[in-house]
Amino acid sequence: MPKNDTQLLPGTLFLLILKSLARGPLHGYAIAKRIKNASDNGLAIEDGSLYPALNRLLVKGWLQAHWGTSENNRKARFYRLTPEGRKQLHAEAREFEKLVKNIQLVMRTV
Amino acid sequence: MPTFREFMNRLQFLRRRARFDRELHDELHFHLEARAADFEDQGLSKDEALRRARIEFGSVQLAREDSREAWLFQWLEHLLMDLRVGARMLWRSPSFSILAILCLTLGIGANAAVFSWAEGLLFRPYPAVAHQERLMALSGISRGETGITLLSWPDYLDLQRNSTLFDAFFVSKITGTTLSIGERAERTLGSIVSANYFEAIGVHPILGRGFLPGEDTGSSGHPVTVISYQLWQTRFKADPQIIGKTQRLNGVTHTIVGVAPQGFYGTFVGWAMQFWVPASMEEIFEGGGYKLGDRNARWIESYARLKPGVSAQQAQQEISALASRLEHDYPLTNRGRSVRLWPLWETPFNNAGTLLPTLGIMLAVVACVLLIACANVGNLLLVRSFARRHEMTVRAALGAGRARLLKQLLTEGLLLSLLGACGGLLVAHWCRHALVLLFPARGGVSMYLPGDIDWRVLAVTSAVCLLATLLLGVVPAIQTSKLDLAAALRTEMAGVVGGHGRSWARSGLVVLQVSLSFVLLVGSGLLIKSLDKIRSTNPGFSAHRVLTTAVDLVSAGYSVQQAKTFQDELLDRVQALPGVESAAFARLAPLSYGSYSSSPIAVDAYNVSPEEQPTVEYNEVGPGYLATMGIPLVSGREFTRADDQSAALVAIVNQTMATQFWKGSNPIGQRVQVKGRWMTVVGIAKDSKYQSMREIPTPFFYVPRSQNFAIAASLHIRTPLAPQDMAITLGREIHALDANLALYEVIPLQEQLDRSTASQKAAVTLLGVLGGLALLLAAIGLYGVMSYAVSQSTRELGLRMALGARASDLLRLVISQGLALTLVGAVLGTAAALGLTRLLVNYLYGVSPHDPLAFASAFAVMLVATLVACLVPAWRATRTDPMRALRQE
Repeated sequence: MPKNDTQLLPGTLFLLILKSLARGPLHGYAIAKRIKNASDNGLAIEDGSLYPALNRLLVKGWLQAHWGTSENNRKARFYRLTPEGRKQLHAEAREFEKLVKNIQLVMRTV
Repeated sequence: MPTFREFMNRLQFLRRRARFDRELHDELHFHLEARAADFEDQGLSKDEALRRARIEFGSVQLAREDSREAWLFQWLEHLLMDLRVGARMLWRSPSFSILAILCLTLGIGANAAVFSWAEGLLFRPYPAVAHQERLMALSGISRGETGITLLSWPDYLDLQRNSTLFDAFFVSKITGTTLSIGERAERTLGSIVSANYFEAIGVHPILGRGFLPGEDTGSSGHPVTVISYQLWQTRFKADPQIIGKTQRLNGVTHTIVGVAPQGFYGTFVGWAMQFWVPASMEEIFEGGGYKLGDRNARWIESYARLKPGVSAQQAQQEISALASRLEHDYPLTNRGRSVRLWPLWETPFNNAGTLLPTLGIMLAVVACVLLIACANVGNLLLVRSFARRHEMTVRAALGAGRARLLKQLLTEGLLLSLLGACGGLLVAHWCRHALVLLFPARGGVSMYLPGDIDWRVLAVTSAVCLLATLLLGVVPAIQTSKLDLAAALRTEMAGVVGGHGRSWARSGLVVLQVSLSFVLLVGSGLLIKSLDKIRSTNPGFSAHRVLTTAVDLVSAGYSVQQAKTFQDELLDRVQALPGVESAAFARLAPLSYGSYSSSPIAVDAYNVSPEEQPTVEYNEVGPGYLATMGIPLVSGREFTRADDQSAALVAIVNQTMATQFWKGSNPIGQRVQVKGRWMTVVGIAKDSKYQSMREIPTPFFYVPRSQNFAIAASLHIRTPLAPQDMAITLGREIHALDANLALYEVIPLQEQLDRSTASQKAAVTLLGVLGGLALLLAAIGLYGVMSYAVSQSTRELGLRMALGARASDLLRLVISQGLALTLVGAVLGTAAALGLTRLLVNYLYGVSPHDPLAFASAFAVMLVATLVACLVPAWRATRTDPMRALRQE
């Protein structure tokens, strides 16, 4: 689908997922919606690519999953940050901010 | 970075794979529906909403696969895939697979079996005995002499009392008795042991008790016995009330106080012990009087267990120090003597010392067989990899990495060798007791040689398996690494017989096989020839016309006087029998199991150095013994009935003893001192064989039985009659004298001689079987290579035929190719054999390890095998249809 999307920096998808879960458990679709809405549809993420990333985070133990009921009473799988996941979010957020700042610095000086 | 937690998470995933797939499906489905519902809310039609949702989502399949992969160990997944592909490859060519697996099964199985035997002897020769790894055997040694002596009971007690580095000492001396239960009389083996025996080895009788402290003191003070489980089951019908019952052993009534547990065979490598008696009963079993107080009577076989952490060297130092103190305290008996510790596998007084080097050589042999088997399978794989060249090339051209291809080939090798290893372990399991089969058991005496599949065998088998995998995988890998994509894709298939650069690997493998089996053939040839030599060696007595047997007077409770009277009467009756030329008693028959008496001797004219106390073995024989046995007298006279207790003491020496102690002067009329008594030499006998057919001439002498009486004796009868007939007549004569006596089997001395060479025969059988196996494998390999070469060169053969070559020309062409390979292999094999057969030197008798006849016969056998292996491919070559071969192009 031809769109004028910004390509994601590598590893950013993890950060985005962690960030969107910072305020509480969400199911997969809700995470996708939140990321898209927050970026105002500006990020090129296929919905499908969310799930391998979620599973990788589960393997790492940063997330936990459980089945629950969605807002319209459907069975859905909810993801929640684990304490490690929260720690990882802070660490990655700091790293990311640093990276962005550095890039901006470079952009301004050049 | 992968953490432990991550690992555990993945591991858990393996358990709930099926559920994961279902849940993922539900989750993705929910996502799509929720997105579609949102689009519908925005006013799209249901179908359009679903379509948009799918577009937003991307590939569901990819999402599913990638999610799943997040959980997997990738290498595991690849391995499983390779195994699947490998299994499919094997399944698709069953004849190849079966042949390859069979080769590997034989190769790996032979290795596992022989290793399990050797390992059994090395690490746990005595089943059920505790802490064998710290057990060592004790023997006496004399300075300046190579052989060993046994220990005396007082010396043993002193060592036990004064040493500090040992947990326990115990005595276990092999002995025998005739067990007469009901009507059956059978020779049975047992051990004379110290009272602490069962405690020291950590074996607890399942019924009754072991021996009590103090039961090994006093003269015949404690007639008690512990019997083996096997004896209890077979001869006592597993009587639960057995404890407290009595059994006559060597004429003395013993009380049965215990039954040993199942699977305990005593502590003697080679034989299964059936009963145990305490050392106080020694004189009942050993003969030669009460010896527990005699420092000069060296008769006990003993063991000591090191304390944990003590090295063999430290222990030896302490024992040596104690022995030199004994030497100092008792110079009369202990001068020039010391004591040595031996690892169990070198125990000098049982069969361990002789079995182990044999097993070592066998290990080398089976390793050769495995190499040949691997070469064979490697060859098959090569041929196949050539056939799969196209597949590999296509895969490589499609971008498969070389490493990935290699991994696939190695996995196939692994699969083959795993299957081979499973088969091999089965073979080893079936063969675990086969070592015993090679040695004939006699009468009630049964062999026990441990061989079991334990973790060590499994570990070695796995190592062998891995090695085989590497060997198998490497061959086609070399081939693959030379893949020339462009050339190979042009499928150029026509070849020339033997004229191929590519075939060097296959030919090399065949040459290797031929040379290895050539070495084994030479070895078998040498052993066969030396067995033949042993068999045809003159034993120094007539083996064919002399029968030997014995009457068990000891267990019947005869006194010395009764025994003398009985034996004299029996001898008179036997000599009067028709067909009997002469007969004589002697304490021991030559080459039997059982030891001759021995004594330190002194000779009038011979000056003994203070360091040396010559000990010589002797036999107590009756009048006319030498004539009956057919041992020639060199000079002097035989013993007669006149040489009795009241007459002057006399002796007959053999030639070697005469030359060694009298150095050229005539010993007749000279005196020799035996056990403190001076005897006059009255005759010189020719040397003969006493203990073994392979012994070198040793000093030996004879004394008259009447002057050195022992009740136990074997009867030798010179007669042309058959043993069975003699047994019947003899039984009648004996029962006429005493109806309660039992007769041992009547056998010709030749039989005795054959039994004594049983272990040589076993070695020949083993090496023969393995050599035959190697030859078979090599022939298969040769056949495979030649068939393949012929099948690949139909064009060339057809061309030759079209140009006028006759069938015989083609036959010659193919066979000469095979012969060339064999010749190269035989030359290499000869070089290797020249170096290796020296290892066999201890097993050879009267044959040089470089015996040309053995080499020549090995070559002849190899040549015949080559011709047979090449004949079918050669015949197939002559059947080439030139028209069709040429049209193929």
